[in-house]
Amino acid sequence: MNEEALWENGSAPFRVIAGPLPIHQRDVLAKDWQTLAQTLRRRGARLLGIWGEERNDRQYRIHALFLTADSCYWCNLALAQGVEGFPSLAEIFPTAVRQERAIADLLGLRPQGNADQRPWLRHAAWPSTFLPLRANPVPLTELSTQGDTDYAFQGLPGDDLHEIPVGPVHAGTIEPGHFRFTCLGEQILRLEERLGYTHKGIERLLQGQDPFAALVLLGRVSGDSTVAYAWAYAMALESIAGVHLPERAQALRGLLLERERLANHLGDLGALGNDAGLAFALTQLLAIKEEMLRENERIFGHRYLMDLICPGGLTMDLGADTCQQLRASGLRWQQRLQDLELLLQEHAGLRDRLVGTGTIAPDRAVDWGMGGLAGRASGQAWDLRVQFAPAPYDRFPMEISLASSGDVASRWAVRFAEVFASLRWQEKLLQELPTGACKMPLPLPSVGEGLGIVEGWRGEIFVALRLEAGRIARCHPHDPSWSLWPVLEEAVLQDIVADFPLINKSFNLSYSGHDL
Amino acid sequence: MYRILREAWRLGKVGDPMPSSSSPKKATPFSRSAVIRHVDAGSCNACELEIQALGGPHYGLEQAGLRFAASPRHADILLVTGPLSRHMAAALQDTYDAMPKPKKVLAVGDCACTGGIFHDSYAVLGPVETLLPVHERCLGCPPKPEQILSSLQNLLHEGLEQ
Ligand code: SF4
Repeated sequence: MNEEALWENGSAPFRVIAGPLPIHQRDVLAKDWQTLAQTLRRRGARLLGIWGEERNDRQYRIHALFLTADSCYWCNLALAQGVEGFPSLAEIFPTAVRQERAIADLLGLRPQGNADQRPWLRHAAWPSTFLPLRANPVPLTELSTQGDTDYAFQGLPGDDLHEIPVGPVHAGTIEPGHFRFTCLGEQILRLEERLGYTHKGIERLLQGQDPFAALVLLGRVSGDSTVAYAWAYAMALESIAGVHLPERAQALRGLLLERERLANHLGDLGALGNDAGLAFALTQLLAIKEEMLRENERIFGHRYLMDLICPGGLTMDLGADTCQQLRASGLRWQQRLQDLELLLQEHAGLRDRLVGTGTIAPDRAVDWGMGGLAGRASGQAWDLRVQFAPAPYDRFPMEISLASSGDVASRWAVRFAEVFASLRWQEKLLQELPTGACKMPLPLPSVGEGLGIVEGWRGEIFVALRLEAGRIARCHPHDPSWSLWPVLEEAVLQDIVADFPLINKSFNLSYSGHDL
Repeated sequence: MYRILREAWRLGKVGDPMPSSSSPKKATPFSRSAVIRHVDAGSCNACELEIQALGGPHYGLEQAGLRFAASPRHADILLVTGPLSRHMAAALQDTYDAMPKPKKVLAVGDCACTGGIFHDSYAVLGPVETLLPVHERCLGCPPKPEQILSSLQNLLHEGLEQ
């Protein structure tokens, strides 16, 4: 079929999914799958995620979510009964490679045309015949705790090169993953990641759960983004129920999300300074972060704001006096952070480490389809809060923070800019916090399909959900780290091994959110 | 330099008083100081956030004689978080084996203590004690830094003799 015809009036046109952001959904035939992806790419779309499910007995579906400047496009490919392969999008969207490998690991569906057919999330602990996301996976007779020893790293040939294996256990207090460097002297010529060490089988655990009880698990897909995941999941449920949240609930959710962003940015900025040998930055920024976490505990009841968002609203409300406290501390931090930013910006030793390190130029960022904080640092103006201004960002607009050189210094600058933007936004919001209820009953139908998407501090976090008989039939939480881990492999090229911690920290991607 | 000093001066001392430990103090090897090696065995990363917070200026980690090391060869205490994912089991065992004796294991977080919300998954082994002897447990999701600190102090005060 002609591409534009497919777009304008294909066999099944797009239907609109109710929710605070525009989401269009349509079914696609296998023969049109790649053509549609190409059309979307030409229209400037980014691939946000690709995942699969078993719909009925041995009847599989592949889902892909794309984002353009004006909408999200959720495309469903229903495979014919018993077909266990699908056309790959890896040639069109490079970040599809690993996600399709994960589909093969978890569902046993082969991406046809994906040059990389190695396992990704599956290590040596269970056989390839065990497919956890199938309705009836092969019974587990031979589960083991074996390490992953025979993964085929690609490496580079050459007698004068050497390899440095790092991980899964790292030197600092961070999550586990394996990095394989190929170096010429100090210079990194190639980096290959091996992830999946924190795979906990979250998607399988979610299947069959009560949709309200599942909230606890969704809030722990990636602990540093608990608000974003809980919100995205609640949004999916609310779109199935077709309800419109009260203004105050939306506003308070926004407040929680921005405070999550603040805490993470402050911690990462401090850690970046520390990785560059400036312990002063870590101490100062951690002190402010700790004050914020304690305030979270005091006012919201949890340091990381876990389990506060619930379907239909929030489990807490703010009193007038607490609003005043929040405003006072926000203004105090803003002052202190302004002094600190200036001081750190002029620190020659720190600049020397940050500027020109770990660069992803804007044109490469377009090729990769980068979004989120890292994308904005490479000049990519994607930010759901600004693009679509979903409530509460419609009434309280958010400014976008951009930089263009795409190096560690740019990511540093964008983080600082977002810290100030979030603090200003919090101040505006608290000045005119909408009144009314912050929770409403959620009449949930027992069958339905929905999707929620939120701009977390790393980038777009979404949760796709399908209910059947009042239970979760399939739930896929998706972390932006999926699309950014492959970019990190490119960002370190031509830099030296000693700069890796700095570059890695500037992205600070989630292992848990990716490994699921 | 002067401005850095001035800022540091302005921040001043933010530390809290040390939490008191529940166990009586015995004079044993390492009872005053120990080195910790942390391994994430599949956590959701919020436990890591609290361990990182523990290293901040509000908590007197080093004042309590405790310090994190990059290598298990230098460590006395193995601090484990997460529900022990199958994929991390071998690496965790290797880390434990690489530590010199005497050594102790501290399980941090509901996941590491009981398997938590991931307990029933095919991909996890559940509590850390299915693989290693656990000497102290710190419950919470995630436990607060002061709770982790007091668990560490309990281990110190029990001494590290095997
Ligand atoms: S105990 Fe809670 S915070 Fe810690 S890893 Fe488990 S789920 Fe995350």
